[in-house]
Amino acid sequence: MAAPSNRPTSPHLQAYKLPLTGIISITHRITGVLLSGGLVFFVVIMSVIAEGLQSYDNMQVLTAFWPIKLIYWGFSYALVFHLCHGVRHFIWDAGKSFDRDTMDRYALIELCISLIITINMLLFL
Amino acid sequence: MDCRSPLAKVRGLGSAKSGTLHWWMQRVTAVALIPLSYWLITFLNLSFHAPYQYMVVWLIAPVNTVCIIAWVLAAFYHAALGLQVVIEDYIAAEGIKIIAVWTVNISFFMLVLAALVAVFRILLVG
Repeated sequence: MAAPSNRPTSPHLQAYKLPLTGIISITHRITGVLLSGGLVFFVVIMSVIAEGLQSYDNMQVLTAFWPIKLIYWGFSYALVFHLCHGVRHFIWDAGKSFDRDTMDRYALIELCISLIITINMLLFL
Repeated sequence: MDCRSPLAKVRGLGSAKSGTLHWWMQRVTAVALIPLSYWLITFLNLSFHAPYQYMVVWLIAPVNTVCIIAWVLAAFYHAALGLQVVIEDYIAAEGIKIIAVWTVNISFFMLVLAALVAVFRILLVG
C-alpha cells in the first residue's frame, strides 16, 4: 500500500539543521550500506587465497597501490565508526542516555574512540 | 490478545508479526561482530602484507578458521538485515521493495557460500 504521491509533505530535512547525533545517525546508515557492499571484497580476497600462491602475489601487487590503501583505510574507519555507534545503540536499547547533554557528549566520545582505534589498527598494518 | 477490528484484520492492517525476530537478530549478530571484527581486521591486514604461506598457516589454525567462519555468518546476516531496513525505508512501491529485499537476501546467501567454499579449499590444500 504505497502512500499517494501527489500530496504535500511537511518540510523536514530541508528546513531542519541536523544535530550532531542526527549527522552521526545517517552516517551510521551510510557506512552500513558501504560496508555491506565491501563484503564482496572479502569474498574476492578469500577466493584469491584459495586459488594459490600466484594469484595471491598478483593481488598484493595490486593492493600495494596507494589508492587501494586509501580505500582500505576508508573502509577501516567506516567499520570502526559503525561498531562504535552500534555500541551506542545498545546503550539506547537499554533505555539510557536520551537527554540532550549526554547525546552530544557520547557523540564526541564515539567519534574520538573510533578515530583512536582506526589509527591503532593502521599502525599495525 | 488481539484488539483489532475484523475489518482491520481483513485489510491486513496492524503489525507484520515477524519484525521482532528481525530486530532481535540484528542485535544478536551485532554483539557477535564486536569481538569477531578482530579476526576480520587481522585477516585483511595480513592479506595486504603477509607472504602466502604465512597467510595460509594463520587461516588453518583452528581458532582462526572458526572465528573467520563465524564472522562470515554473522556479518553477512547482519548486512542483509540492515539492507532490508534501508530498502523498506526508501522504497515505497510494494513490488520493487519485495524484489529488492529478495535480491539482497539471495545475493548475500550466495556470497556466504562462496566465502565458505573458499575457506574449505584453503583448508584442503593447506
